[in-house]
Amino acid sequence: MVNDLLTSPAGWIHAAIFFGLGACLLMIVLGFVTYAILAERKVLGFMQLRPGPNRVGGRFGLLQTVADVLKLLIKEDTIPKAADKPLFILAPVLAFAPAFMVLAAIPFSNHLKFSDLSIGLLYYIAISGITTVGILMAGWASNNKYSLLGGMRSAAQMISYEIPLVISVVGVIMFSGSLNLTEIVEGQKTVAYMFLSPLGFIVFLISSIAELNRTPFDLPEAESELVAGYHVEYSGFRWAFFMLTEYVYLFAMAALTTVLFLGGWNPVPFLGCIPGIVWFALKFSLIVFFMIWVRGTMPRLRADQLMEFAWKVLLPVALLNIFVSAVVKELFLR
Amino acid sequence: MIRTEEMLLNVGPQHPSTHGVFRIVLKIDGETIVEANPVIGYLHRGTEKLAENLQYTQIIPYTDRMDYLAAMTNNYVICHAVETMMNIEIPERADYLRVLVMELGRVASHLVWFGTYLLDIGAMSPFLYAFREREAIIGFLNEISGARLTFNYMRIGGVKWDAPEGWIEKVRDFVPYMREQLAGYHDLVTGNEIFLNRVKGIGFYSKEEALDYSLSGANLRCTGIAWDLRKDEPYSLYDRFTFDVPAFDSGDAWARYQCRMAEIEESLKIIEQAVEQFPETGEVIAKVPKIIKPPKGEAFVRIESPRGEIGCYIASEGKKEPYRLKFRRPSFYNLQILPKLLVGENISNLITILGGIDIVLGEVDG
Repeated sequence: MVNDLLTSPAGWIHAAIFFGLGACLLMIVLGFVTYAILAERKVLGFMQLRPGPNRVGGRFGLLQTVADVLKLLIKEDTIPKAADKPLFILAPVLAFAPAFMVLAAIPFSNHLKFSDLSIGLLYYIAISGITTVGILMAGWASNNKYSLLGGMRSAAQMISYEIPLVISVVGVIMFSGSLNLTEIVEGQKTVAYMFLSPLGFIVFLISSIAELNRTPFDLPEAESELVAGYHVEYSGFRWAFFMLTEYVYLFAMAALTTVLFLGGWNPVPFLGCIPGIVWFALKFSLIVFFMIWVRGTMPRLRADQLMEFAWKVLLPVALLNIFVSAVVKELFLR
Repeated sequence: MIRTEEMLLNVGPQHPSTHGVFRIVLKIDGETIVEANPVIGYLHRGTEKLAENLQYTQIIPYTDRMDYLAAMTNNYVICHAVETMMNIEIPERADYLRVLVMELGRVASHLVWFGTYLLDIGAMSPFLYAFREREAIIGFLNEISGARLTFNYMRIGGVKWDAPEGWIEKVRDFVPYMREQLAGYHDLVTGNEIFLNRVKGIGFYSKEEALDYSLSGANLRCTGIAWDLRKDEPYSLYDRFTFDVPAFDSGDAWARYQCRMAEIEESLKIIEQAVEQFPETGEVIAKVPKIIKPPKGEAFVRIESPRGEIGCYIASEGKKEPYRLKFRRPSFYNLQILPKLLVGENISNLITILGGIDIVLGEVDG
């Protein structure tokens, strides 16, 4: 149905349908964020010998996040006196909006997709770069030294890691011959690209964790060093927006990894009877779980080591991956 | 050339990684520290001055609040000083109990250090694992003294309570369990590449500097000087046990980490032997006068606390209260090298270095 809509001429009805679908997606994503936060707390809890949320909403804490968000909503909205007011207000929006925009390009299954951009991958990478501006803006506008340091760190980190992230997917683009995410998934019918370009997959996974500012790359908000980093002055719903950004990106990044390397909705051999969306959800959850697992295990890198790692290790490996991918394509995919 | 400006950054007293109410005013250039000025005293309660108006037994609870992570050693140092002045013989069973609780306290204290240090470095889980084992130890100490942190367990001439039934067996069973968990910590943390990168070569000082700054404990042993008062000036029953004094040469945060982890193992050895040699019966407190009046004179004793050499100086006029009481608090001395170590480091290293020194603010501020 979506395919027909996408190819048919534009009109008011179509606009309304897409608006409705967008709203649906928003609800799905917010629902995901709600339960991703709960899952993270639960999984971390199991790893760390504690129960995690277990009071609000039954013994699994099913309404814990809802209660948290409600609490944030009714909190007093404070803006520091010395802050740059317009920028301070704009920053969370600027950080959040791109997080949501990138979701438009991601196909969740054969039938469930909201756009069919021929440059889907490029769109994702370009749009997600805007968030850095929001975070830097938040760090600067708060007029707080800790947030300034956090903002600077995150700008440096996100820009540095974007480069290996982009270069690591070049292999995938070479295999599929397309930037269209649907075609990339179709190209993985026989074998997922994570097996064809394992180097690229590893570099991508590491860089994506760094892009998400998660442990072990959570320097911008290193709570033991910078207290809370760039959002130290934020409270209430503005703060919630930053958290939301982070988890929506987690959603987007896990979805993108699934699409690029894990074969999207393609089933595992011999299990084709299970619908594609289930496969997508499974693979997607695997990535999310992996990220939570890493958070439970790793200490944090230091700022200078982080930069060194991006430029001296990941970037050369990503470049090597291009060469290796070319060789693989030439030898096996002819 | 871009024009840069130095910035004044106030870290603490409310900061997640200053372990209490320590404050340090940094002059930073970007993230590089140009100058560091520690400010202490937010937790000063004047223990030494208060003690001048207290009877000796009444001072013991105050020492609990100095190094609240290893209160047993603090209990011991004041009792030991008074006993030295009055020449009191301690019953064997009491002495064994003292060694047991002190070594358990040392393990607990190092566990807190391990957990919080990893938390500072950004790993969340080791903290909770370490606190599980610490909880077991605190359970033992609670059972024997009736308190979880501020034990007030020792008395001049012995200890207040005998071990409850089955306590010794529980401690005996704890030793192999703790060894197993310790191996788990090493699996999780010690070989981690990120952790090694964070601690290796950070906060280096030489043997000479360590001695010049009067450092003690693991902060001294990390430079290769195997100085441990339990071995070099045995007090209590420490000459009866075989154990090693771990020392590492590299003088950095990594050596301090290895030192403390090895010390946990050595403490477990001591606990194991003490449990084996533990006398079946006997008194837990010597016959001491109702009102303790040490003779006119002065005494200084020093023992090995988890943080270093803790000393107690008493000047007595022959009265119920000391004329002057002074503690050599190891955290306070160990902290003095901090401003020197910080110059030229960045803010992430500040946390690593400060954490590596292992201060307890109750002890720094006295």
